[in-house]
Amino acid sequence: MPGLVQELTDVVGERWVYTHEHQLRTYESDGLLHYRALPRAAVLPGSAGEVAAVVRACAAAGIPWVARGAGSGLSGGALPVAEGVLIVLSRLKRILEVDLENQRVCVEPGVTNAAVTAAVAPGYFYPPDPSSQIVCSIGGNVAENSGGAHCFKYGFTTNYVTGLELVLSDGEIVQVGGKALDPPGYDLLGAFVGSEGTLGIATKVWLRIVPAPEAVRTLVAFFDHTREAGEAVSRIVQSGIVPGAIEMMDGKAIEAAEPMAHAGFPVGRGAALLVELDGAERECEARFDEVARLCAECGSDDVRVARDADERERFWKTRKAAFPAMGRISPTYFVQDGVIPRTKLPEVLERIERLGEEYGLIVANVFHAGDGNLHPLVCFDADVPGQAQAAEELSGRILDACLEVGGSITGEHGVGVDKKKHMPKMFDESDLDCFQRLRCAFDPAGLANPTKVMPTPRLCGEVPGPYRQHPLEAAGLAERF
Amino acid sequence: MSTAAVTERPASVKEASELLRELGGAGRRVRVRGGDTKLGWTPGAGKFEVVLQTGGLDRVLEHNAGDFTAVLETGVPLAAAQERFAAHGQMLALDPPLLDGRATLGGVLASADSGPLRHRYGSVRDLVLGVTVVLSDGTVAKSGGRVIKNVAGYDLGKLFAGSRGTLGLIARVAVRLHPLPRRTATVTAASADAARLAGAAARLAGLPLEADCLDIAWSDGQGELLVRFSGATASERAAQALHRAGELGLEDPRCTEEDDELWERQRAAQRRPDGAVVKVAHVITDLEAVLRAADRARARVVSRAGLGVSWLALAGDGDDLAARIAVLRQQLAETSPTVLDGAHLVSDPRPAPVAGALAVMERLKARFDPARIFPEGV
Repeated sequence: MPGLVQELTDVVGERWVYTHEHQLRTYESDGLLHYRALPRAAVLPGSAGEVAAVVRACAAAGIPWVARGAGSGLSGGALPVAEGVLIVLSRLKRILEVDLENQRVCVEPGVTNAAVTAAVAPGYFYPPDPSSQIVCSIGGNVAENSGGAHCFKYGFTTNYVTGLELVLSDGEIVQVGGKALDPPGYDLLGAFVGSEGTLGIATKVWLRIVPAPEAVRTLVAFFDHTREAGEAVSRIVQSGIVPGAIEMMDGKAIEAAEPMAHAGFPVGRGAALLVELDGAERECEARFDEVARLCAECGSDDVRVARDADERERFWKTRKAAFPAMGRISPTYFVQDGVIPRTKLPEVLERIERLGEEYGLIVANVFHAGDGNLHPLVCFDADVPGQAQAAEELSGRILDACLEVGGSITGEHGVGVDKKKHMPKMFDESDLDCFQRLRCAFDPAGLANPTKVMPTPRLCGEVPGPYRQHPLEAAGLAERF
Repeated sequence: MSTAAVTERPASVKEASELLRELGGAGRRVRVRGGDTKLGWTPGAGKFEVVLQTGGLDRVLEHNAGDFTAVLETGVPLAAAQERFAAHGQMLALDPPLLDGRATLGGVLASADSGPLRHRYGSVRDLVLGVTVVLSDGTVAKSGGRVIKNVAGYDLGKLFAGSRGTLGLIARVAVRLHPLPRRTATVTAASADAARLAGAAARLAGLPLEADCLDIAWSDGQGELLVRFSGATASERAAQALHRAGELGLEDPRCTEEDDELWERQRAAQRRPDGAVVKVAHVITDLEAVLRAADRARARVVSRAGLGVSWLALAGDGDDLAARIAVLRQQLAETSPTVLDGAHLVSDPRPAPVAGALAVMERLKARFDPARIFPEGV
């Protein structure tokens, strides 16, 4: 390792290699704070060339590495590997090109999500909008295939990446795609986006941007029960309306968020449904009244339409405050990220409520209702003996409930270290074997973020190549039976 | 094509797995076939001993109307699936040319073929939620799921989309569905000026029209812009677009709600099985150059103008056709020109990936097709 540190220093300069514990502490966790590990070294390369040289040095030394963007991920994907190198990409933060005519931007991975939209506004925007968009980086979004509140209508990161410059695990720099669609050969972009840092490092990202909608209309409807709000979601979607966003908060989430956001949400109501329509002005107007009517038909006696941008902002602030605001009712919480078919919402929410009662823990629910992506917040007090463990068990049972109705263990936060133990519930051994084939094609030495995604460590075996005659056979000295 | 090839028709994923394990073990080369509508696109796959015909994998396993999702076996003809979804006011937003309704879901997925709706809904890769694949060692593996949002595990659906049967058999697919528009309206406007037509299309592509489709048709120095809208206010929005088309200097702007035939024509023009089709992917602002190159090669063009994907269809045959394809590919070398129909006329119908990417693709091929019985080439 000392030899490697010297090599890394030669590549990026002394200033950008950290090896002291007090420096490394900054990077011991990502957004999921209860997982901690210290790498042997953290290195902050200043260019793609330096990233490649760092990866090459690690490959030569057989040392594993983990790439890190803003460190805001919620699955421990950027958790360092002890004894490994952490490659921090925060210095690569240039917006390299804005090409509005061709609806593309090209950025380095350390650029924040929000900076992309800022660079192309007001005529265009970049749709994937994770709640952490002010700090989270595009490189991290690519690794996690990030979604956000607007992905029901607009899709995910993977639907917007048209090109990547990659540093592969042997340190080679390869460009896949670019501004144009449909690059030749297999869809490596599709394989790479969402691969959680296990296939390589993106050092340049070409993104598709879209024209900013002509109109945005937002309402929030309050219900006595999440069941009624869930019914409203189903009716809206079944009527052919595709809202830009359709978000739900349950009573506990309202109770926590309102005192922080001051949007006048009535504490005590069972559910708030935030519906946003965007798009062509006429279509928006025509369908917005229909949304309000459907909410009323499903039992809402309190439908509030945002009168201006300020009020819309306050509605959203309440929704986005739900996570941080939970601190008001509980010292600690786990966030889950399960997904269910939308029609199973009432059933699963009731199940979660019963599980909360069974464990004697508060579970607040905030979620992307359109795509069935739940974010149950399982509240606990780490100082109460056994409660953290109970909360973790309860979280696992919530994921089981999602899987039982045909859902997924993660909709947007990724598997990372946090959910890898749940992978075998969703995928059987041959599925996992197939994932490993993909991973090995990119990273045969298994050095890229090695302890993430897969439930158990796996090695890459020899590639079973086509039959080739052995030299002894060729020489007539041996036969194959 | 090998005439002695045996045809196998597995009736289930299990049968397909047993068959492929056996073929893999014996090293017998296999080609997967669905509706046989795009056989000409992969002439290099001609050396095979067994045809795996997917017609026995023809079940719609789930149509979750309330969730706008479906799970199907890949031998299901896309047209048949659409009929089923339409009965519930839904659609799979995927409308490539179907050639008498024979094209199967698996074939469309394996070829990544697309139609005008790609403008709004993306291509097949963007609509697939999960896949079940069968590999040459008999491995049956799934990836993704059947919910519309999911990031657990690697996305094999995208890897297999467009892989043209070289990695394995795609046996099942889960897809996201969308509401079937109750009303549509289309604006058309003409121009004989390639720059003006391409410029108008680019301008409209940059506006928040929320159009379903935005195409150019171009042939012999004369072209047309077509923009389709759907939804409750389709006609009103089409009327607005009509006005804009006039402002942008296009001629004879018209608007119609009877627009199915117009779009059927656009779809059909993407194919030329008795000639050749070269598909190109370009930036939006290069459309004019594509149209000019097409004129020189006497090619008819269908362009998804807001995406920068165009199909250049050439009539003719023999050396003359091959020569025109060669010139076209040379002139549009920067646009990954791919010869689809008429691929047998050229030695390398597909553009080569860059070296570093190719190396990864070759390793993928080696890992996913260990018995090397599926067609070569990435």
